[in-house]
Amino acid sequence: MAFFIEVLVGGLLSGVMYSLVAIGFVLIYKSSGVFNFAQGTMLLLAALTFVSLTERQVNFWVAFTITLVLMIVLGIIVERTVMRPLANQSLLSLFMATVGLNYFLEGLAQGVWDSAVHGLELGISNDPIFLIDEAPWLGLDIIISQFDIAAAVIAGMMILGLSLFFQYTRTGLSLRAVSDDHMAAMAVGIPLNRIWAIVWAVTGVICLIAGLLWGDRVSVSFTLTAAVLKGLPVILIGGLTSIPGAIVGGLIIGASEKLGEIYLAEFFGGQGIEHWWAYTTALIFLMIRPTGIFGEKEIERV
Amino acid sequence: MYYREAGRLVSSFAKDRRMLPLVQDRFIATLFIVVVMYGVVTMIASDYWFSAILIPMMVLAIATLGLNIATGYTGQLSLGTAGFMCFGAFAAFNLLLRIDWMIIPLAFFLAGVIAGIVGVFFGLPSLRIKGFYLIVSTLAAQFFAEWVFNAYPWFLDYNSSGVANLPPHHYRVFPFQNMTPLNDAFWHTYQGRYLITLTVTLLLAIACKNMVRSSTGRNWMAVRDMDIAANVIGISVAKTKLMAFFISTFYCGVAGAMYCYCYIGNIDFMIFNLRRSFLVMFMVIVGGLGSILGSFLGAIFVYGWPILITRLGDAIFGGGTLDTAFVENNSKIVVGTIIIVLLIREPGGFAALWNTTKQKLRAWPFTK
Repeated sequence: MAFFIEVLVGGLLSGVMYSLVAIGFVLIYKSSGVFNFAQGTMLLLAALTFVSLTERQVNFWVAFTITLVLMIVLGIIVERTVMRPLANQSLLSLFMATVGLNYFLEGLAQGVWDSAVHGLELGISNDPIFLIDEAPWLGLDIIISQFDIAAAVIAGMMILGLSLFFQYTRTGLSLRAVSDDHMAAMAVGIPLNRIWAIVWAVTGVICLIAGLLWGDRVSVSFTLTAAVLKGLPVILIGGLTSIPGAIVGGLIIGASEKLGEIYLAEFFGGQGIEHWWAYTTALIFLMIRPTGIFGEKEIERV
Repeated sequence: MYYREAGRLVSSFAKDRRMLPLVQDRFIATLFIVVVMYGVVTMIASDYWFSAILIPMMVLAIATLGLNIATGYTGQLSLGTAGFMCFGAFAAFNLLLRIDWMIIPLAFFLAGVIAGIVGVFFGLPSLRIKGFYLIVSTLAAQFFAEWVFNAYPWFLDYNSSGVANLPPHHYRVFPFQNMTPLNDAFWHTYQGRYLITLTVTLLLAIACKNMVRSSTGRNWMAVRDMDIAANVIGISVAKTKLMAFFISTFYCGVAGAMYCYCYIGNIDFMIFNLRRSFLVMFMVIVGGLGSILGSFLGAIFVYGWPILITRLGDAIFGGGTLDTAFVENNSKIVVGTIIIVLLIREPGGFAALWNTTKQKLRAWPFTK
């Protein structure tokens, strides 16, 4: 039992890391209906730029600011050159455009910087601390690292901020209208282009934060783009349009991955089931709720 | 163009529905296939051309065609192409390894069927899950394939290195072939492999052309355009979707088998990774969604671009100047840009560009 809880807590915390990636996805989908596959590469681009700058003896905060500005500018450029000409196109072409963008940025990031593996140290301590020190009712210690807590706090703050933003501000309302129907939103006078530029810029910032945390965790290299594959089942479980869904989905996937690895792997002849297990979990959830736990039900008419 | 449709008289419906209605088209196509592809190219192409250009392009074109059936014609987004190819490749390998009388044509066919059954299984969620949510199912297939052939070494005949060689005695194209000059050793050469690839590619492309212009294909397109409307006019959506998944993964499976047997000559699950799935998807987008010609053009372009750049670099700056990282990053940037530009300017891809060009040439020089 004690072991089970330790595994569960470990899983939940790694799930928070997945949520970080998932938030960026949800933000863009919720506000423009675009399934942004380039998320993972934007993460890589941000982390790689930051690392390359700090390795050239640039001060931490200067590097952070430069990368921040770069990501915002990138977001605006993407809106101008890719999204704006494709407004009112089918969702499939928008998705494919982001796949193309993904490939473009992948080449660019590694062409401008390099494809070596960089270490990234944010200065957040990785020392373990006792969350529960010998809890008498369970008879166990639960040890987690400070880094995990920091990541969880940052993710929590981002989710809280975004939820409030979507729910209570005028821009948030316009964003929800745009995601519902581009045409109708434009018809009632919502400035689609400006709204999208804001969203892509904010996503760039989220990518930077997620990229730095992930980079500290797994080092900055091409494999960072795989973060997108961890984020996918998360948002699908949570529902593409729900920000709280991103965190719930992240927790479910994180827990299920770790528990599956410990308790199910032996039935499948060994190790490494985590790659497909997350997707199987997502599939099971989707078979019960086809649009995720918090996703909006689509009403279809002929 | 040098010839036109005007004056083409038909006297029966069968003639009207021919795949190539113009006699000139039929003549050129036959001439091209028989004389150029089977004749001249088979005789004069070097091993480099066979192994690095012709065979992989045709194999990838078949995989692209497979994905195009699911995504381009039926509208079911699939990111598991390489996974399905993997199933096909391992099915063919195990059939030829374990059954003495197994011949390549039958093995490829059964590999396609096995991949197709796997595809239908992973396509089942499409009956309930729609749109982007569906990619979870095909991605599950992709990762499951990568895992299952790693975790169970039986599939690789217990090769500890993770790669199994394909010996010449696997290349049994017809029974008792060793009594003829067209023996195992011949089919194992690049020339022999090219002939296998060419024949399979032609058969599958023609079959696909016929499917998409018959009721099967029209049902696919109706489901793609709006599945509820398709249901209302009496098309069984479930049957159509599963059929599309079966045929699509059948093509991917055969492409996977050919990828190993005809192109790289060994079998290895590492090559069928997610990146290859995406590469095939780029071929679909660049070539044109829902186009057979586009599948070929896309495969040729996306596969050929890095080779072209390397060759050009060698020719201009001297051999080996451009390092592989540069070429790789360059082709990523170029292919990414082309995808975006095409989606904005010409969503039909290269195939649509070709059709526009043909249309313009037809009217030239009388109109612009």
